Amino acid sequence: MGETVSAPAVDWPAAIFSELKAAGVSQISYVPDAGHARLIRMAHDDPAMKTIVLTTEEEGIAIAAGAWLGGDKSAVLLQSSGVGNCINMLSLANSCRFPLLMLVTMRGEWAEFNPWQVPMGQATPTVLEAMGLTVFRLEKPEDTAEMIANAAALAFSGEQQVAVLIAQRMIGRKKWVSK
Amino acid sequence: MSAGTLDRRVAVKSLLQNRGKTLVITGLGSSTYDTFAAGDHDANFYLWGAMGGAALMGLGLALAQPDRPVLVITGDGEQLMGLGGLVTIAVQKPKNLTIAVLDNGHFGETGMQMSHSGLGADLVAIAKSCGIVQTHDVRDEAGLATLRDAIQDLSTGPRFAAIRIANAEHERALAPRDGIHVRNRMRQHLGLPIM
Repeated sequence: MGETVSAPAVDWPAAIFSELKAAGVSQISYVPDAGHARLIRMAHDDPAMKTIVLTTEEEGIAIAAGAWLGGDKSAVLLQSSGVGNCINMLSLANSCRFPLLMLVTMRGEWAEFNPWQVPMGQATPTVLEAMGLTVFRLEKPEDTAEMIANAAALAFSGEQQVAVLIAQRMIGRKKWVSK
Repeated sequence: MSAGTLDRRVAVKSLLQNRGKTLVITGLGSSTYDTFAAGDHDANFYLWGAMGGAALMGLGLALAQPDRPVLVITGDGEQLMGLGGLVTIAVQKPKNLTIAVLDNGHFGETGMQMSHSGLGADLVAIAKSCGIVQTHDVRDEAGLATLRDAIQDLSTGPRFAAIRIANAEHERALAPRDGIHVRNRMRQHLGLPIM
């Protein structure tokens, strides 16, 4: 194969935000993650978005259920390490068929420096599938808009529980020391 | 801190008198039974699981329905599992949300083991320190009446109440446990579409 020409960088956090808005999402809850930092900032900067900082990820599952009960659509932003915290609370979405859209930034895979992130990162898709979620994996920035739009449609129109796993490769290496 | 004397069924029935447009979420176990025993209602959502999630579900609902009072009725054990949620609620400041904890200092559903509340933790002090300004420490009928009126006030929440109940057990009143049915009827009550 010849030389690959790299495509212009896609601003994927902006693409996520724009698709969430287009899908009618009006509540975003999150446990902070460096990979989601730009998206979280955009959510806070939008006065129409109810943006909720959580102490632990399962709170977001319960909030999303209450939101939908009252006519709002809610998305939950978290890191793969937080998926484990959600397991029993996912019964709420599953038992009551509450739409759920989780956007999970992956750790423990691409150039991970911290081995403590690996077990939960590796178990993330298995655990989510075991709890009945449909799991998509976003590998390329240019696929972002299409994937978020379709995941949101499956969640909110099909009343399914959906997780989009955002590959660590898209987020890039974390710099641990300044030099 | 609990050592209450109020009867839980009487207390919940009292809170739900003249409920108007109030939407109710109940925590799993006795709180669900007490609320159902007070009278089934399309605007009640009964949890049979999701321990620690009742108050947070109330938050999502309160943010979605700011013109209606939202009342979470739960127990000390259920709230203790989701204590961090009180901070999450405090910083969102939903003015229409009330968290009412039926506090008997015990885990009633599982054999009346003592809870942290029974062992000295003060849920009202915890809620205050989380930043929930409006708190009620309810120990009698007068306190219930004050709380009942406060629930309807959409300008001063969020509020947290500990209702100090006796740890007597009642016959279980089995609320519907088909979550899809209960979810759909509340949405229909609110004029929202169902699938």
